[in-house]
Amino acid sequence: MVLKVFFPQCCNRADSGLLVGRWITGHDSAVVLAVIHYPFIPGQVKRYIQQMQAQSGVELSVLGSWSLPKEGQEGMESFLRDLSTIFPQERWLQISREIGKTGFICEIMSQNGKKVQQEAKNKSVEEEKDTGLGDGEKEDEEKVIFVHYEQRKVMLSQLHPTETGDHDPKSEPPSELRQMFQTVAQSKPLFFLDKYDDGPLKSTHWQSEGREASIIVELLKQATVPLCLLVTWLLSIWTWICNIKIFSFWPLHFLSSKLSTCVQLSYRTEHMRILSSPKPAVGHTQFMRKANILVSFLVDVALGILLMSWLYRDNHVSVLANTLVPVADHVAKELEELLQWLMGAPAGLKMNRALDQVLGRFFLYHIHLWISYIHLMSPFIEGILWYGGLSACLGLTFALSLLSDMVALLTFHIYCFYVYGARLYCLKIYGLSSLWRLFRGKKWNVLRQRVDSCSYDLDQLFIGTLLFTILLFLLPTTALYYLVFTLLRLVVVLFQGILHLSVDFINSFPLFALGLRICRPYRLAEGVKFSVLCEEPGTALHLLMEINPLKGSTVVQTYRTPTYSCYPRDSWAALIKKLFVGELIYPWRHKTTKTD
Amino acid sequence: MEDEAFTDISGKPITLDCQNHSSFCREFTVSSPKVSIGKVMVYTCAVWLFAYAVFFFTQITAVLSGAILITLVGMMFHIHFVKVDHESLLVIGSLGIQVSSSYASGREITTFIEMSKIKDIIINEAIYMHQIIYYLCVLLKDPSEPNAVSSVVPLFQSSKPRLNCLVKVYKSCQEILSKSQ
Repeated sequence: MVLKVFFPQCCNRADSGLLVGRWITGHDSAVVLAVIHYPFIPGQVKRYIQQMQAQSGVELSVLGSWSLPKEGQEGMESFLRDLSTIFPQERWLQISREIGKTGFICEIMSQNGKKVQQEAKNKSVEEEKDTGLGDGEKEDEEKVIFVHYEQRKVMLSQLHPTETGDHDPKSEPPSELRQMFQTVAQSKPLFFLDKYDDGPLKSTHWQSEGREASIIVELLKQATVPLCLLVTWLLSIWTWICNIKIFSFWPLHFLSSKLSTCVQLSYRTEHMRILSSPKPAVGHTQFMRKANILVSFLVDVALGILLMSWLYRDNHVSVLANTLVPVADHVAKELEELLQWLMGAPAGLKMNRALDQVLGRFFLYHIHLWISYIHLMSPFIEGILWYGGLSACLGLTFALSLLSDMVALLTFHIYCFYVYGARLYCLKIYGLSSLWRLFRGKKWNVLRQRVDSCSYDLDQLFIGTLLFTILLFLLPTTALYYLVFTLLRLVVVLFQGILHLSVDFINSFPLFALGLRICRPYRLAEGVKFSVLCEEPGTALHLLMEINPLKGSTVVQTYRTPTYSCYPRDSWAALIKKLFVGELIYPWRHKTTKTD
Repeated sequence: MEDEAFTDISGKPITLDCQNHSSFCREFTVSSPKVSIGKVMVYTCAVWLFAYAVFFFTQITAVLSGAILITLVGMMFHIHFVKVDHESLLVIGSLGIQVSSSYASGREITTFIEMSKIKDIIINEAIYMHQIIYYLCVLLKDPSEPNAVSSVVPLFQSSKPRLNCLVKVYKSCQEILSKSQ
């Protein structure tokens, strides 16, 4: 069996002393966390380790001894070997390093049959002294791998996929690397002991370079408490307003579920509730979720304020309002021309003249109504835009949602045309399909949900066939109107869809996680990678363990905030089928289709 | 340390480099041949001649600058995402197996599989285009069922060495695996 020793890089040049760390049970590996220097009082070391164990919850123990002989420190070897009797352990590692050599020499002693082992050891040591070589025969029996790791990075990194909640004791224990990462991360209290402290114990391990900025961090932490309370209070008022009876009545409730501004408002409320919860985030996933929401909220507000500063500078609002009415007029004029074209012989097609004229006049009247509505509205448009622009201070997403709603209201006539066309078309398609069945002497059995054969009277067949013919010959005219207005509708839906997607992108994009991935790649670890360090003959194998950062796409996938776009959408085939049959399409999803 | 010449499935020469770091730690590196200058010239010339032909008939200069851009971006894309310079397999007894492939631009993709997850290393057969090839792969254990295989990680995916090379790697891998289990 090969023994693995995880050794921190910062202890490479530490003075001789004791190795403090943890044996990983069941994996035959040891994690070295710190080196406690000589001289020390064994009782104090034991008390210190117990204290640290209580604080960190890691089964800390003295793993063995570490010696890096310097001038005038001869005879340390035997002393360090005697230490194994003071700190009784099942196995005792004795790691030594010689000046001028990069490799370590490791010897292992076991508790059972200690004397025999020790004698053998002594002999081998004597042999070593004679021959001057570092490895005895012991090396071949039990091999050692030294895995060097950077303590700080391993302590701060989070191995993916993250574990959810408490570990189930029934399932098999976490893997060796995960245990090693957990051990280093949990033994943070061990690293608080400063190199320059005047304590009874001195140790080498990773220690933070300085905590100058920590005062600001602490002040910020203190400041967030009243802020959170304030936000919670505001939220409670807001939810109270939302829960008033009036809002749950049918028209208002229906409207608010369809207006994207209201949907965005409910999302933002939910996010603020998560952010302002007084409980600190438990676990990595929750912390990342909170941080992502906070960063995307801040970015959103910053973008919104940028938009506002552009909007209210140089009177851009009135310029926008002045261009909006002519644009609406222009659209209406183009639509009128389109209808005129359709009422003639569009693309050389010969339509049913009477139906064509009726439909065309109907739509023309609608456009006329719409234009007068817009002109009635025109004095107020600037005011609406001015006040609507204020919503940008809540964030760019609000401004975009408001824009989407305004587009929906301003293109209401297109929606109306589409609905009329679609309904007419749908009616014809259904009529044709049922009459086609009659034509073949069959009918739809509602009770059994299937097509049965049926014997019709001659009159029925005559009328049915007549109607079928009429419908069939009128179909192209309706289909043409339907096609044109569906295309118009699709343009509007596409525009709204783009707005919704961008809002959703700002809401759900994990900016914090991505920033962490770019600036501190070791924080989000996908795994580890090993590289072989230079090996000298006669020493154990030395590996360097580096952290393999998570891929960018995985970061986005793992940490994106769930919003409505995360749910599966209608497939393209379903959309095309809907368009073909004449069912209505919406930029938002129906509640009923979501459950399907 | 030894270098041996083998061929991949399409007959191109590749080199296998075995490094014995220790009795339980070995590294195998399969290096593919470098991009030949002739090939680069042929592709570049083809794109540029085509662009020049289009320019000759249409007199649009944007086509020429577009062709230059396309060749540059194409080359960068090729060396950064497509061309694998060498693939290596590091087997460390009782610790795990590390698979890494480094691209011609220096980008390296590394995955480490822990020994507790590994079931075995085998040579498998697969249908590739119109031929049957052999490949080396790592079988991963299913955490719920100890005897089932949850997934397969193919090794040397881009260089695709022939069977004689795979057998050599397989034998020395098995030597280490059998020792550590």
